[in-house]
Amino acid sequence: MSDQIKQATQEYATRLGDDSVVLGHRISEWVSYGPFLEEDIAYGNVALDYIGRARMFYTYAAELADDGRDEDDFAYMRNDREYRNLLLMELPKGDFAYSQVRQLFADVYYALMLPELLQSKDETLSAIAAKAIKETKYHLRRSRDWVLRLGDGTEESHQRAQKAVDQLWGYTHELFDMDETEQLLADAGIGVDVAGLRDRWLEMVSVILTEATLTVPEDSWAVRGGRIGNHTENLGHMLTEMQIVHRSHPGCKW
Amino acid sequence: MNEISLMPEEQYQRLQQRHAEDVRALWDLLDAIKDPEIPALSIWDLGILRDVQRNGDQVTVTITPTYSGCPAMDNITTDVIQLLHDNGYSDATVKLSLSPAWSSEWMSPEGRKKLREYGIAPPEDAGLDDDGLTPDAHAACPHCASRHTRRISEFGSTACKALFQCDDCGEPFDYFKKI
Repeated sequence: MSDQIKQATQEYATRLGDDSVVLGHRISEWVSYGPFLEEDIAYGNVALDYIGRARMFYTYAAELADDGRDEDDFAYMRNDREYRNLLLMELPKGDFAYSQVRQLFADVYYALMLPELLQSKDETLSAIAAKAIKETKYHLRRSRDWVLRLGDGTEESHQRAQKAVDQLWGYTHELFDMDETEQLLADAGIGVDVAGLRDRWLEMVSVILTEATLTVPEDSWAVRGGRIGNHTENLGHMLTEMQIVHRSHPGCKW
Repeated sequence: MNEISLMPEEQYQRLQQRHAEDVRALWDLLDAIKDPEIPALSIWDLGILRDVQRNGDQVTVTITPTYSGCPAMDNITTDVIQLLHDNGYSDATVKLSLSPAWSSEWMSPEGRKKLREYGIAPPEDAGLDDDGLTPDAHAACPHCASRHTRRISEFGSTACKALFQCDDCGEPFDYFKKI
């Protein structure tokens, strides 16, 4: 592996780890607040899948960086400007409809992106994708069911689901952005060309939203910046809570 | 219905591996390591234990997680190292392998039986729906064997399980997902 590719792969693994840990943490905020017990447990399970993925991506990033850092350093010792996650993942959990609509957008994205990552020439990235694909099928079935149920439910649930769709839509464009690093890796057969996934994503999401009697928004605005460390104010607050124990007791084990 | 039960290819391969002469005793020893979340099953039964290699005094044990976030991996690693240490293998390492991804096919036949006795329906006790996912009904109840059951939640007490309820005996039960 050339130095340039190695460095890009490390950055890429970090980005994917950041997406996973941030979304995983957001989902975990529902634990003990779920609308009923089974749903509460389901949220915990999904959060764990994402946090597990983050561990695998970070462990790989640390291995490539080879500078003495480990997965915990990546998760707990970087500040918000050093995080490279997509903005969609860091938005606060909002109400139940908001979280489920975000989850649907993310699940459809992963349902398309992971099979591509499985084809990666990088064995570790491919292996992580192989595990995650199986989990994502379950995540997607659940978020799809919920969006259908909320959109095509009561007047209140419909209105909340539509509001969530409208508020989140502008954050979905960033999911399909490519920069130099990702282009380099896509050309090398290591990373995924996410730009090529947007049409299919839009189609799948539109079918589900329409079935849920929800309106697919116009593309009238877009917010970007997560991949270069320009985050919404929410990430800083989230990381403060997520990192406090580790930063207060470095190296603590239990 | 009478059928000659065939051993799946994966099981055969695993048994062959286990019978390799120089590490046979180590495989047997590792049967003592149970999954902390399903203590009725050993890591061999679950198919989490993938490989045992010995090079002089050095022992390398390879395990694989059932799901990405399986929190039991850290415990299992500690237990394996402790057990080997107690049995005179002080130079032991545990390697986490991600590929190939764990499959419920790897579970041993004894494991499936023990799982059912423990009150968890093993993967083969339900079909698959069109998407290849857990169906919303008809997993066999491990308590009364009824198929008159329905899924309550996609996700059970751990990520590898779904939650069902039996409409005949009324008991809720975990179903080990087929993946």
